[in-house]
Amino acid sequence: MSILIIADHGNGALKPATLNTVTAAAQLGTELHLLVVGENCAAVAEEAARIEGITKVLLADAPHYARQLAEEVAPLIARIAGDHTHLLAAAGTTGKDLMPRVAALLDVAQISEITAIESPDTFVRPIYAGNVMASYQSADPVKVITVRATAFEAAAVGDKAATVQAVEATAEAGLTQFIEETLTVSERPELTAAKVVISGGRGMGSGENFSLLEELADQMGAAVGASRAAVDAGFVPNDYQVGQTGKVVAPELYVAVGISGAIQHMAGMKDSKIIVAINKDEEAPIFQVADYGIVGDLFEVLPQLSEALKQS
Amino acid sequence: MKIIVCVKRVVDYNIKVRPKADNSGVDIASVKMSMNPFDEIAVEAAVRLKEAGQASEVVAVSMGVAQCQDTLRSALAMGADRALLVETDAELQPLAVAKLAKSIAEREQADLVLLGKQAIDDDCNQTGQMLAALLGCGQASFACDLQVDEDGLTVSREIDGGVQSVRLKLPAVVTTDLRLNEPRYVKLPNIMKAKKKPLERLSPEELNVDVSPRLTLLRASEPPRRQAGIKVADAAELVAKLRNEAKVI
Repeated sequence: MSILIIADHGNGALKPATLNTVTAAAQLGTELHLLVVGENCAAVAEEAARIEGITKVLLADAPHYARQLAEEVAPLIARIAGDHTHLLAAAGTTGKDLMPRVAALLDVAQISEITAIESPDTFVRPIYAGNVMASYQSADPVKVITVRATAFEAAAVGDKAATVQAVEATAEAGLTQFIEETLTVSERPELTAAKVVISGGRGMGSGENFSLLEELADQMGAAVGASRAAVDAGFVPNDYQVGQTGKVVAPELYVAVGISGAIQHMAGMKDSKIIVAINKDEEAPIFQVADYGIVGDLFEVLPQLSEALKQS
Repeated sequence: MKIIVCVKRVVDYNIKVRPKADNSGVDIASVKMSMNPFDEIAVEAAVRLKEAGQASEVVAVSMGVAQCQDTLRSALAMGADRALLVETDAELQPLAVAKLAKSIAEREQADLVLLGKQAIDDDCNQTGQMLAALLGCGQASFACDLQVDEDGLTVSREIDGGVQSVRLKLPAVVTTDLRLNEPRYVKLPNIMKAKKKPLERLSPEELNVDVSPRLTLLRASEPPRRQAGIKVADAAELVAKLRNEAKVI
């Protein structure tokens, strides 16, 4: 029996979270199959075949898989699920949309956003915005899982390639049609993959003021994020949001600027290696988790920080 | 168009819960309970469709203990027409809730089922997608915009990196994200009116649904706690610390 990992990709290239999902899968067994579903995605399959630990790549290439809609992809995974003990996908929006649909087709539970594996049937996941870590044992024959990428290292990509095997496509379901996608274009690294993340909160005061963070981010090679308060205030788009209902990040360095530290924000960043908080309110809860804090007016501190980074 | 909106009774979002001392579960005895905030957004969306003349009826549905009636009364006060409670003291996991919701959606011949993208207690983010699978219909999860016309729905979805727009045939399941709308404050006269709206009670047995849990909670524990660090005087000291002590820049 083998373990099936569903690749998170954009037809052209693998998304980094796939590599973390492979590491999680490797804790469950040694026969690791990786499924690439999409249209014209042979290049992704070739890339996937070189991930260390992958023993076989399954490639399902069809026009109706182009957007990886759950209605089209779930029946395919359900069809091949029987050969596997575990089905894993990264807990991005694609995996979160897809895996519950797969689980329901198989009449099994789905286990969301696992952060640790205790045994082949027992998994740890955060509940209540990360205030509680719950260890769940599954009695189902197939375990359908989404993986929190930040909780597992990325698997290495080598030179040795596993075989790529084509899989017959399922018939088009045709329930849902893709219309369009508007993606935020940015030169900066992607939030969940960045080594440094600089986030702003309500204290930023306006969307224009985020340019201060962007300048600093460019200086540090960082991604820019935001708290839910900043998103709700309309300063930045929702895909900037770090937190329980947004993205979960765990960079080497997280800089929280003008963020008070609501529980739901902390749920998305508290596993960062080093946390820096800049806030004028000395009592702000963010200081309870920050390794380094500066109490001060962010509009004074940010230019000074930029200057200090330029020196030395 | 008939809409079903599913609402869950959860620990109020302002309350910080803790594991029980023996790690057997989460301590939620005698804490304030409220409607899951994402479900509130779903109710608001449903009621707006009714007010716009695009929906004929909005039926609020909840599954769980008898006190879920309070949650349903809130949905009725927001503007749902009637309510349905599948009452049970059993632990309900997302697959069981999806099966119950499927049974209700079929019984009511619903055209659209709206529900929050996740509940803020278990943070699963599963029920809507599971329900769509069981109904064999389309799903639009994480909705931030919803337009209804005669042939179906156009939904904008919050995805990693941006927004995706999809077109769905009816029946369909839509799960709501934060930016879809801002739920209304309920006025007292509406609370009074809601008390008179019909609320039907059913059991999982009557719906012939097996709700036995598939996952067993073995342990609930505190997450590793971060130590508060130090305050530094200024930006120059911060950069020095990040460079020489933490070695992250």
